[in-house]
Amino acid sequence: MQKRAIFGSTSLPYLLLLPQLAVVAVFFYWPASQALWQSFLLEDAFGLSSTFVWFENYSELFADSGYYRTMMTTAVFAVMVAGLSLSLALLLAVQADKAIHGAGIYRTLLIWPYAVAPAVAGVLWIFMFQPSLGVVAQGIRSLGIAWNPLLNGNDALILVVLASTWKQISYNFLFFLAGLQSIPRAVIEAAAIDGASGTRRFWTIILPLLSPTVFFLVVVNIVYVFFDTFGIIDAMTQGGPSKATETLVYKVFFDGRLGGNLGSSAAQSVILMILVVGLTAIQFRFIERRVAY
Amino acid sequence: MVEHRGFSRFVPHIVLCIGVAIIAFPVYLCFVGSTHPQDVTSNGQMPLTPGPIFFETYYKTLFVGSSGSTREPVATMLVNSFIMACVIALGKISISIISAFSVVYFKFPFRMAAFWLIFITLMLPVEVRIYPTYKIAADLNLLDSYAGLTVPLIASATATLFFRQFFMTIPDELVEASKLDGAGPMRFFWDTVLPLSRTNIAALFVILFIYGWNQYLWPILITTRDDMQTIVIGIKKMIVTADALTEWNVVLATAMLAMLPPVTVVVLMQRWFVRGLVETEK
Repeated sequence: MQKRAIFGSTSLPYLLLLPQLAVVAVFFYWPASQALWQSFLLEDAFGLSSTFVWFENYSELFADSGYYRTMMTTAVFAVMVAGLSLSLALLLAVQADKAIHGAGIYRTLLIWPYAVAPAVAGVLWIFMFQPSLGVVAQGIRSLGIAWNPLLNGNDALILVVLASTWKQISYNFLFFLAGLQSIPRAVIEAAAIDGASGTRRFWTIILPLLSPTVFFLVVVNIVYVFFDTFGIIDAMTQGGPSKATETLVYKVFFDGRLGGNLGSSAAQSVILMILVVGLTAIQFRFIERRVAY
Repeated sequence: MVEHRGFSRFVPHIVLCIGVAIIAFPVYLCFVGSTHPQDVTSNGQMPLTPGPIFFETYYKTLFVGSSGSTREPVATMLVNSFIMACVIALGKISISIISAFSVVYFKFPFRMAAFWLIFITLMLPVEVRIYPTYKIAADLNLLDSYAGLTVPLIASATATLFFRQFFMTIPDELVEASKLDGAGPMRFFWDTVLPLSRTNIAALFVILFIYGWNQYLWPILITTRDDMQTIVIGIKKMIVTADALTEWNVVLATAMLAMLPPVTVVVLMQRWFVRGLVETEK
């Protein structure tokens, strides 16, 4: 990663790195190490003193059925959002790729939700599905389906999934379209000449060639659900009703709020850190493969 | 060209139009809701066409604020959001471009260590260190300040990687020529590296502006005063109150105003946006 031609200077390179390293040290490494340290401490009810308790916060967490429930919720949430947004985005991207002349216009019309803040997306969707005033909610109810995301946990989860999917489709669409457009037309045309139908071409040629993009997007979507849906959840359900929409990140925030249970919150943070390291590692392996491919 | 005859020619357009309509529908309803009085909306009688109070609502939202509480008018929040988004985007770009320049064009002890220190922050998003980071910001007296809203978010592993990748593609001959001309490193940076990086900076700016504008978790932690709120966290606070009291037209107008700047940026600067998004992921 080094250039052949370089400058010789003793202090300048350090000076140039200083601002970034200072921010990183003060606002990243120091708090992260504090989180690690705090996860081994137990604070008394008034937050006046704390004792070192080794892994008690962790063992309590893993003995708590609520934590497993939150893990399950997060996993279900991630699978649903990734599944829905990837398949819808792929459908739209394949069509946009076919509509050769309109592809650019459709791209413009489909990518803008990326720019909408998660919390704002939450407001948009709660306004449509709020049981008493939502236009769509009334439509659902007039069909005789009981719908109340404010009281029913499953309804709430569905609503959060829909809002999160809506926001993520544009990102997936963009990467799928780029992936599709990089597939050589000659390959597809050759298959068409051999008599392969459109569906067959999709499953045997297009999708396999697209698989690096799919894997990459699956990881990105999981990271999105874990971290970026915080605003959506906070604006729509605050993790409720009765914790049905609480994700791991939301729990870290909720448990530590107002100094509630800082030890447990810190332990959860550390578990999340380990998860992020894992996800990042996977992501980089895929990217390396994608580049090689 | 693969089969383009008869009805099948239109299938992609039909599917895409349905997709576009579904994607746009929530925003259309939001706009409609912002133009109807509160009582029409809150008893579930809202029509699907725009109502009569467009100007009143937006004027009130921007300059007066919702009446149920002592909230700041949204114009203040827009200014705060704008400052935050710009400072975060420009700050991240500035400190990342000089870090990358240092790592690529100099040889010095601990060069790789510095690079890895920046790189590893990729794995420490603010969500995994919420309260300790808040405590440090509080200890440094950064609560309710623009510095507090921006500086803790200003480090960027992705931007540093992005610039490093780009610098590696700049031909070595340029440095050699520059050195022959007697230029020092900073001269080379200003006269050669920076002009060459223009399109990359534009691409990154679009992505980072949206990132900054849409920040949520950090601003709710760091701001307590109403006049320091950003628009994204301001909306949420307007609907916390009991349902019947929520002024939906103001809330929805605020949502429209919160979407407008980042969406405009994406649509108008689409080329840079797409490039920034695709390149920073590598």
